[in-house]
Amino acid sequence: MSNASTPTATSQPVPKQPTPWHEIVLATLKSNNVKLIVYVPDKVFTPLIKAIHADPWFITFAATREEEAVGIVTGAWMGGMRGALLMQTSGFATIPNALASLVVPSQIPALIFVSERGTLGEFNLGQALVCRTVRPVLDSIGIETHTITRHDELEFIVDRSIKQAVATQAAVTFILSPLLTGGKVFQH
Amino acid sequence: MIATQTGAAGAHNAKVMNRFDLTQRLVAQLKNDEAVIGGIGNANFDLWASGQRPQNFYMLGSMGLTIPIALGVAIAQPDRHVIALEGDGSLLMQIGCLATVAALKPKNLTMVIWDNGLYQITGSQPTVTAATADLVTMARGAGLADSAWAADESEFERMFAAALKGGPTLIAARIDHQPAVGTTDRDPVRIRENFMRGIGVKS
Repeated sequence: MSNASTPTATSQPVPKQPTPWHEIVLATLKSNNVKLIVYVPDKVFTPLIKAIHADPWFITFAATREEEAVGIVTGAWMGGMRGALLMQTSGFATIPNALASLVVPSQIPALIFVSERGTLGEFNLGQALVCRTVRPVLDSIGIETHTITRHDELEFIVDRSIKQAVATQAAVTFILSPLLTGGKVFQH
Repeated sequence: MIATQTGAAGAHNAKVMNRFDLTQRLVAQLKNDEAVIGGIGNANFDLWASGQRPQNFYMLGSMGLTIPIALGVAIAQPDRHVIALEGDGSLLMQIGCLATVAALKPKNLTMVIWDNGLYQITGSQPTVTAATADLVTMARGAGLADSAWAADESEFERMFAAALKGGPTLIAARIDHQPAVGTTDRDPVRIRENFMRGIGVKS
């Protein structure tokens, strides 16, 4: 509106930098009142973890293992606070028992963000193998899973899926592809 | 079966007590709708048998996650005291959670460890606390300074009363090999719904 009265015919639109993926995730968590973020560190998620720590609105800390983080977020949900988990694919491979014996049967809307290693340029054979276990496990226990590759779909998928998770009392997993995050690059 | 067990080759002289008896003594002190998270197996069963308070949550699976769940409830409801009842085998499975609790220092969390030196429900194989490991020493090493063995029933009651006034506190009790007195309901959704209503999250 303020620009309407002072048009400058010669001005060019400033090339807009896309909002970084981690800022979109942070803003979407916040707008959905997801206050508790428990993580086990991951290199690719570092900017997101740093940004969440820098924002005093969030309660955030590292757990010693991913299973522990599942328990904490479950307790918080039962206590009335929404929570999300951040982990790497290899960390996800440590939590199927907690998902199958606690989260799914108790109908806990855990929001699980997985940084995808093991594909698109992986250099560690173990990571490549463990990555292949993630989707079959999630499918077998009926947890909805979105692999997010596109920046322009990130907010829509995360925002709508958080709302669905809460409304239907069902966990959801977001696998953040290297196509979105850049992934971890092999250092020669 | 050996009559006594537990703890760093006799590093402490705590009396061997009964889990159901101590659970009843603990529940009798709850006057402010405190939340109680019962661990898988006999910790749960004796909590159930002590009376099904609406503020009790019975964890049916996910061995080791009792304290993490209790921590989550304590974070979400800082004005409510939360008590975790956990066994020695379960705690050994997720011992790192003590370090997380120590780092966060929740004032409203008490952890009670029933140490019978056994994986009692899976066939009574000994745990490492039966001979060598001391869970209180491990808890202190994790940063939980307020961790101690209860010498007998009356000391357990005094320690628990003090714990309800501030935390985090870890109380360990040596437990006999008696089986639990009851068994829980097995419906996870009902248990979770009852608990959320019991602590005012759902109406």
